Amino acid sequence: MTTTPVRTIAPGMPLPLRQRIRLWIESEPVLAYLFMSPGWLILLLFMSYPFFLGIWISLTDRTVGLPTGEFVGLRNYRDLLRDGVFRLTVLNTFIYGFVTVPFKLLLGLLLALLLNQAFRLRNVLRAALLLPWIVPTALSSLAWLMLYDPVLSPFSWLLKDWGVVEGSIAFLGSRVNAIVSLCVANIWRGTPFFAVAILAGLQAVPHELHEAAAIEGANAIQRFFAVTLPVIRGIVVITTLFSIIWTFADFQLVYVLTKGGPANSTHIFGTFAWQEGIGGAGKLGMGAAVSLYMFPILAALSAILLRYVRSQET
Amino acid sequence: MVGSNRLSSRILFLYVPLALFTIFLLFPFYWMLIISLKPNSLLLNTKVNPLYLTEFTLRHYRYLFENTEFPRWAWNTAVVTFGATLLSLTCSILMGYALGRFRFRGGNLVGTAVFLAYLIPPTLLFIPLSQVVVRFGIYNQYWALILTYPTFLIPFASWLLMGYFRTIPRELEECAMIDGASRLQAMWRIVMPLALPGVLSAAIFSFTLSWNEFLYALVFMGSGQMKTIPVGTVNDLIRADVFQWGPLMAAAVLGSVPVAIVYMFFVDHYVSGMTAGAVKG
Repeated sequence: MTTTPVRTIAPGMPLPLRQRIRLWIESEPVLAYLFMSPGWLILLLFMSYPFFLGIWISLTDRTVGLPTGEFVGLRNYRDLLRDGVFRLTVLNTFIYGFVTVPFKLLLGLLLALLLNQAFRLRNVLRAALLLPWIVPTALSSLAWLMLYDPVLSPFSWLLKDWGVVEGSIAFLGSRVNAIVSLCVANIWRGTPFFAVAILAGLQAVPHELHEAAAIEGANAIQRFFAVTLPVIRGIVVITTLFSIIWTFADFQLVYVLTKGGPANSTHIFGTFAWQEGIGGAGKLGMGAAVSLYMFPILAALSAILLRYVRSQET
Repeated sequence: MVGSNRLSSRILFLYVPLALFTIFLLFPFYWMLIISLKPNSLLLNTKVNPLYLTEFTLRHYRYLFENTEFPRWAWNTAVVTFGATLLSLTCSILMGYALGRFRFRGGNLVGTAVFLAYLIPPTLLFIPLSQVVVRFGIYNQYWALILTYPTFLIPFASWLLMGYFRTIPRELEECAMIDGASRLQAMWRIVMPLALPGVLSAAIFSFTLSWNEFLYALVFMGSGQMKTIPVGTVNDLIRADVFQWGPLMAAAVLGSVPVAIVYMFFVDHYVSGMTAGAVKG
């Protein structure tokens, strides 16, 4: 790269070609697109292209190992609607996505309010309590798998020791038990995310306002609703929407804990798509259709989120 | 108010809830650790209290290194993580700079597209993406993950860095350019050092997300020797419902340690990255 300052050339003088090219390249729009091109190349090849390919595959009966399949129209989608396991999967995903979030939000908010107090070891605790969100979910789910073990579960052991239950609890043995167990593990994983995001918001709450409200005689709960909540509302809404999207599109936790069992009763979209498309029969077309059934819901959630983020910016 | 009264309310409303949260959030890690150190005789004895460790052994860890492919999985994970992080960071610095700094037609639209790309989950794409990976001839190779992880790393990191670049005053660069620096020199020497905290946050996040990724690794590199730690541990150490809990928990501990260490060193970057990327909008 030469260091000749471009701007020393007097206006009106015809520029040599090389400098004209350089000026053109260094103009903001050109440079902007140049800078963005490597990133967009990857996103187009490995995100946009598979997205549209997925729509195509979902309209065929393509299977693993065979190069192409026959075009079957909307048959995969129609078959899924008639499939009892798929209908259960939809229900499970909604339970999993929407029931866990209020718990994560409430617990996360509570934890954030606690961590916002001054006490010794506060920073250590803040760091340690974020761990569930940091470590690989597949691996922490293994710890939960053992905590839910029908024979070795320490929960069963404790409850038996205290005389609460007679035998061991089958945490993953029935649909209801398994879904509750999955939700607890998910809440465990997601609470720290809410806590840390809200904690960051709490630090923007002006201290003087709290003191003023306290002098006026407002108690802690009134102060929370009048002073704190308006400041952190934006963060709470955005964090909640993010969490719904991620939980909705989860995979690892269910894959490790139940693989959709017992008897295919605890699948969510991700694990059922995997079972149909990759594991099991390898019906790629069917699996792609399962995934794409998520799309309208994700699109709606994303639109709400985008609108909200926009309104916060201005 | 009386001193002891204040103290008791502090215990009731602060220390007790904090203790409960700590137990809830950290117990699974405690469990992971003690099981990985517990001899089998103790582990399978349902008479004794399972919550304590009366004697300990490193046998499970030795088993992991001598009788399983764990070292190979660790190497695979490291290669993929560093490759994907480096590639994503390069692309994201350029994209974040362009979005945060340049005025150009369609800039807002591109920014929105990046944000939406961040919201597209792997579960939506993995089946057609597996076909793309096969078609490009990179199935079961490191490239399969190094090239696909950036699809969720670049949107996130670009978004985060865009915010950072915006906070750096334009005048600094303009001064340097008046003094004769080219735009690239101004960017490299003036803006980059100031954006370093943001770059560090993006790097740590990319590292963690790559290290932890499961679905793409399972589908694109899930066979033979190419497994990553999470995939290898979940798929190979669990055989036909016979759980070798000791080695399983040892693998879970070892697979978590690298991210935990990186995280411990950079907690604040982590938190600022998390809140900037996910929340600040």
